[in-house]
Amino acid sequence: MTQTENGSQTMDRGLGLEVVFPTPRQIMRRRMLHHKGFLFGAAVVIIIFFMAILAPVLAPNDPYKQDLSLRMIPPIWQEKGTWEYPLGTDNLGRDYLSRLIYGCRISLLIGFACMLIAMFIGTVLGLSAGFFGGRVDMLVSFIITVRLALPAFLVAIAVVALVGGSMQIVILVLGCLIWDRFAVVLKATSQQIRSMDYVAAAKAAGCSVFWIISREILPNALNNLVVVATLEIGRAILLEAAFSFLGMGVQPPIPSWGLMIAEGREFMLFDPYLIVIPGVALFTLVLGMNLLGDGLRDVTAPEGRS
Amino acid sequence: MLIYALKRLGVAVLVMFTVSLISFMLTRVSGDPAIALAGEGASDEEIEFVRKQYGFDRPLFVQYVEWIGRALKGDLGESPYLNQPVTEMIRERIGVTMTLGICALMFAIILAIPLGILAAIRPNTWIDRTALTLSVLGQAMPSFWFGLIMIIFFGVMLRWLPISGSDTPLHFVMPTIALGYYATPAFMRLTRSGMLEVLASDHIRTARAKGLRWGKILFKHALRNAIIPVVALAAVQLGFMLGGSFIIESVFALHGIGYLALVSISRSDLPVVQALVLLLAVIYVVLTFLGDILNAFLDPRIRVR
Repeated sequence: MTQTENGSQTMDRGLGLEVVFPTPRQIMRRRMLHHKGFLFGAAVVIIIFFMAILAPVLAPNDPYKQDLSLRMIPPIWQEKGTWEYPLGTDNLGRDYLSRLIYGCRISLLIGFACMLIAMFIGTVLGLSAGFFGGRVDMLVSFIITVRLALPAFLVAIAVVALVGGSMQIVILVLGCLIWDRFAVVLKATSQQIRSMDYVAAAKAAGCSVFWIISREILPNALNNLVVVATLEIGRAILLEAAFSFLGMGVQPPIPSWGLMIAEGREFMLFDPYLIVIPGVALFTLVLGMNLLGDGLRDVTAPEGRS
Repeated sequence: MLIYALKRLGVAVLVMFTVSLISFMLTRVSGDPAIALAGEGASDEEIEFVRKQYGFDRPLFVQYVEWIGRALKGDLGESPYLNQPVTEMIRERIGVTMTLGICALMFAIILAIPLGILAAIRPNTWIDRTALTLSVLGQAMPSFWFGLIMIIFFGVMLRWLPISGSDTPLHFVMPTIALGYYATPAFMRLTRSGMLEVLASDHIRTARAKGLRWGKILFKHALRNAIIPVVALAAVQLGFMLGGSFIIESVFALHGIGYLALVSISRSDLPVVQALVLLLAVIYVVLTFLGDILNAFLDPRIRVR
């Protein structure tokens, strides 16, 4: 067996023919390029990510600037639309396209931050349940059951309302409530990995618990972790939008898409674009995140498809 | 079976106890309840009066025991905002939420099971792919937005359906769809994977070899086995729907307990919020308990675990 330049292995099967085996990375890349859902999801997420970063460059106007003489200009595909405001303006005369672009920042930021908090809590709980088993497992399972029994969304809204709505509070409260899937998945994964020979070998070699968890179990659970993380960003984005829609989340004048839908609701009968546009944006982003997550699962573990 | 049921019951009771602690603490950790109840701009004496009146000056433990003791007897306290017993307020409104939840569950199941069966009989064909696409699209759609779009389309443009209130069965059509579609993919996937598994098993092959009609095999032999996990999922989903229905109730102005919860939160009517969190959690625990038991009854293999 010889190594070629790009790392793939070749083997002489005794027929004078060199059989080239692709490296795991090559296999992965091939799977990614052939997975339509993954490609679409990745494209959507990357585009929206860059829209969020480049918002000051891309947005044609100031998203906060109000001008009542310019209120309710319809978008470009309607009769009275102008190119100056391609997606029209809202009831305070703010440029809808600029608000939409800045809204990418809010959604991605909140989705990502919530996911990080949830990932931390869920991973700690799930890993310890899966690795230690026994009483720890029972305790963690109980905590998960209690969390599922609580009407999380209602509790979250009550807490936000009592403490006062701001972006930090929304992130903190949501992050502390949506860790359940992380915990469930990490628990199952680490239970599976724990029974592997290499973990037994590390134990026999006298490695510390911390070493085994951080060097043997966590890296092998990483694929599942990334998949759940991607899907949870999508869930957090939807929840934030719902929060803001109810007026209990991000406060005006921040251009959160959920808030934009709430603000447009009053006028939706005559100017449906006010709710259709942010809704479509929200739908597209969450769809992209979900497809990316599902795609990652198929690409990293094609045998585990459901 | 009895041992299994008792074990589940034990866990359920423990969960209920923990949940009651959390919903009790909910209104205490987020600030002084006396200040919240006295309202903004209340003087120190007024706040002190409220504190004495509601017993907030006593130890938390005593307050909890008193609260839970009364709750067990069905007395959830009184709403300081409306001077009305909380139990009565909930009783007036819970029918709407229950109707909505059960309709939404029925809608999801009636849509999902045939789709799941079709997808399983013809895996990897256009039927399967369409069903999958629909479920992926559905999962990404914000339910409150979907509700608003339906209002514009069916309520205003076509004028087929009423857009708010709960007077007639027609009022429930759009809320049912808006609440139910989100659960459809979960049921569909479960039915599909269950059917695929059962259809590949030996007893189905035997039944086919015996020359039984395909329809009979499908519904009598396969579906019966594949449907078992759906029962447990239905219980869990109904619990989630009741807990999450307030956003739909808000969109369609349905005056159920979800709407009551929202209104109470916005006017800091804490006893009502507390009672509703407790009630919804207890309903969830009872539903999942019943689901587990029913599941174990239908599938004896579960009892052993």
